[in-house]
Amino acid sequence: MRKHRPTIRDHSAEANLFARRAFVGFVFVTILVAVLLSNLYTIQVDDHQDYQTRSNDNRIKVIPIAPNRGLIYDRNGVLLAENKPVYNLEVIPEEVDDLDASLSALTQFIDISDQQKSDFIDDIKHNRRFKSQVLKARLTELEVARFSVNQHKFPGFSIEARLARYYPYADTLTHALGYVAKLNKKELAKLESEDQGTNYRATHDIGKLGIEKYYEQLLHGQVGSQRVEVNNRGRVIRTLSMTPPQPGHDLVLTLDIGLQQIAQHAFKDMRGAVVVMDAKDGGVLALYSNPSYDPNLFVHGISSKNYKALLNPDRPLINRTTQGRYAPASTVKPHLAILALEEGLVTEHTTIWDPGFFQIPNVDHKWRDWKRWGHGHVDVYKAIEESCDTYFYDTAYRLGITKISDFMAQFGFGDLTGIDIHEETTAILPSKEWKEARFKESWWRGDTISVGIGQGYWTATPMQIANALNILVNKGINRPPHLVQVAKQENQVVQINNEEKPPVILKDPNHWQIALDAMHNTVTKVTGTAHKAFRGVSYDPAGKTGTAQLVSIAQGERYDAKSLKERHRDNAIYVGFAPYDDPQIVVSIVVENTGGGSTVGAPIARQLMDYYFSANPINIAQNEAP
Amino acid sequence: MQLDDKRSMWDKLHLDLPLLLALFTLMAASLAIVYSASGQDSAMMIRHATRMAGAIIGMFVLAQLSPATLKRLVFPLYCAGLLMLVGVLIFGVSSKGAQRWLDLGVTRFQPSELMKIAVPMMVAWYIGRNHLPPKAVHLVVGFAIVMIPTLLIKEQPDLGTSILIASSGVFVLFLSGLSWRLIGFLSALVALAAWPFWHYGMHDYQKQRVLTLFNPESDPLGSGYHIIQSKIAIGSGGIEGKGWLQGTQSQLEFLPERHTDFIFSVLSEEFGLFGVCLLLCMYLFIVGRGLYIAVNAQDAFGKLLAGALTLTFFVYVFVNIGMVSGLLPVVGVPLPLISYGGTSMVTLMAGFGIIMSIATDKRMLLK
Repeated sequence: MRKHRPTIRDHSAEANLFARRAFVGFVFVTILVAVLLSNLYTIQVDDHQDYQTRSNDNRIKVIPIAPNRGLIYDRNGVLLAENKPVYNLEVIPEEVDDLDASLSALTQFIDISDQQKSDFIDDIKHNRRFKSQVLKARLTELEVARFSVNQHKFPGFSIEARLARYYPYADTLTHALGYVAKLNKKELAKLESEDQGTNYRATHDIGKLGIEKYYEQLLHGQVGSQRVEVNNRGRVIRTLSMTPPQPGHDLVLTLDIGLQQIAQHAFKDMRGAVVVMDAKDGGVLALYSNPSYDPNLFVHGISSKNYKALLNPDRPLINRTTQGRYAPASTVKPHLAILALEEGLVTEHTTIWDPGFFQIPNVDHKWRDWKRWGHGHVDVYKAIEESCDTYFYDTAYRLGITKISDFMAQFGFGDLTGIDIHEETTAILPSKEWKEARFKESWWRGDTISVGIGQGYWTATPMQIANALNILVNKGINRPPHLVQVAKQENQVVQINNEEKPPVILKDPNHWQIALDAMHNTVTKVTGTAHKAFRGVSYDPAGKTGTAQLVSIAQGERYDAKSLKERHRDNAIYVGFAPYDDPQIVVSIVVENTGGGSTVGAPIARQLMDYYFSANPINIAQNEAP
Repeated sequence: MQLDDKRSMWDKLHLDLPLLLALFTLMAASLAIVYSASGQDSAMMIRHATRMAGAIIGMFVLAQLSPATLKRLVFPLYCAGLLMLVGVLIFGVSSKGAQRWLDLGVTRFQPSELMKIAVPMMVAWYIGRNHLPPKAVHLVVGFAIVMIPTLLIKEQPDLGTSILIASSGVFVLFLSGLSWRLIGFLSALVALAAWPFWHYGMHDYQKQRVLTLFNPESDPLGSGYHIIQSKIAIGSGGIEGKGWLQGTQSQLEFLPERHTDFIFSVLSEEFGLFGVCLLLCMYLFIVGRGLYIAVNAQDAFGKLLAGALTLTFFVYVFVNIGMVSGLLPVVGVPLPLISYGGTSMVTLMAGFGIIMSIATDKRMLLK
């Protein structure tokens, strides 16, 4: 029927159709709402923890705070390494109204080079405008003062202080203290491999040498942190919490700055090294290597001009006390005498005849004594007092290299002393095996003869020589050298370096006394080689001189200092201790190319001992830093 | 008697009270969320409130026009809209790489907004003139009425608006009783057309948005940044939310477009799943109420128009929430009645004005 009246609309059918469609539409809408909700449920409930973390990662940044480096004091509490503020002029670009005008107005008060200006402009272009940028580093105090008075004219400009290491005694302590300088990538990688990367996040400098390097871990301290909330551009909105950094340990050294200064003054422009040890505990009282240099140069990055100047033939960068290899020369004669006594080759009373030279039976070569006409009849005392070479040529020849080498090793020759700085060499204690390995050559009998007077292949550092003497004066007790006494943190004091090494034990302990007596005679007897240097002292010293030949003198020729190049002249060596009956200090001195242990070495030792034993130590003006 | 009086008062004002209350609730929520999203910017709040007031007045004015008047206006309105769309493509003002604006000297005008109303109205009028379900020829013309402005807007390019306009037209056809078989056939056709559309019909930035959708972490600093930050905001809100003004993602500005397209993320972060559910309930209520009005409308035009406007309103909701929560690609569709921005608010409220006109028209005739 409908077909015939197509123009008439069936409103109720249409309404039903629409209502069905609207219902389907609503069902669809509901389904889609359910889809949205289930997705939101996943995000907000199932994965909530994950997104919560990421939200916090977005907004919370941890800013590390560098700990203050521990200070270093000498044994009497004199400050040797301190942290001084350095002042940088910094600018927050967005707080500056007119940068160009401010920069040109600023030149009235602070010198700013074009280079600094262009570097700074470059910096601000590459950084956020609210981030502070350094315009000029290390302002002088005058500049700080001038700027501070006028700061109100420069909104956005401020002076920021950072602590940097400063060594008030400059070149007097360089080889002991070392220095800190800017942490480099390689060091950072190493720290990271040791899980120390986080601890150094805010640290600017690291110990590069000496005590500063050796005790880096103790001196550095523990990084602190500040948790801050930042916005999407990294601007800090507020501080959420703060963990203060833990400052590093302060170190108290065994060094005495007074002795150190005496050593420096005594050396003037001579090359060489001094080690003074406390005979009671092995603590190093003085460690000085000349020439030295100012470690403060390195703290803020040394200029290449200054660095080149340090690469001169005098080699100031070398720490001669522990890296200088010198023939120990006659300073080891007391030890060799003890070995000869122990082995029964000689007794206290045995004498030999010294014609002024030694010859191996049936060999033409003559090993000369320093005294061309010889010492005549020589016993062990006289051999040490007058430093008779022939006696020890003979002794060494009869002992053989192996016995010498084994015995001397017990006194630390040919090995690291273990002093608490990394700059140390073992030097060479010759042996059959050593020569085999080093030269692929077997040991000749003749090689042993010069070892008897501490020469030939034998080399030692002034530190080893001091250590060997310290063992001797303590009759075998081995207290190895060290520079740091205690580490202090707040109220807590940690004693370090107080361990002993295995002692040297003799079959007959009386043999110690023979060597010590002979060394005493060296100073007290008029014929002793160190008698003149110590005339009139108030304490009771003992010692042994040495003169190390650097070039061999041809058979039948004489040593003539004038005819030799400066660098080929003999080294002067002196070892000594005092007081004789109850040794308190041990001294070891090497002076390069001056010759004469008794004329150059011993007087320096006397100055050091005079200072040590005087009731009122000489007042020496402190080296004021420039 | 009093009850009757009251009813008659809302009827006289041509307002549908339940719908009105729901809209005002959302607007109140919008003020609170925009205040938070703008970083407590009072000036922005005042601007927002002013536009809201304008939109409410617009709704009220449109509600006073009877469906009969609308029918008379629909053809000239649609034609004027088409002309302006062509005009936009030729003389339009560019902004952010898209040419959507017509500079009228005094103010800028976005013709595509007008078409959001004009297109469903035109299709509803055209289809409603004839019997339901529509015949094939009417369907073809109906499709043409929808597709011409859709393609013009897509050329601007404005994918979001063209999707909204296309769906508003398609909803009219769907509600008019388009046969399911045809719906199935057309869906298959759309699926087949998707491939050439992807290759030739979409701009690179649009493709990028789609690709990013499936793997936002592939480009965390580029186009993936928006979605990642948005999901972090939503997810970190959890069930209870961080509290009003306490959303770190929004307050610390990690969230992009916080007060406009991504305002849903602010809401989710600060009010949690709880707030999200309330919001979706409000939307569902509005859709239900709109469809109820449509079903009870006096004639086919009223039914189709009210139904299509209501469903289109939901498309806004779905596309916006879908895109900020990572279900759909990022197309510029605001969260209806919540996002900051005058244009969409005015257009939506105009739509509700028309729905209210349709709702109250019936009651007047019943008297």
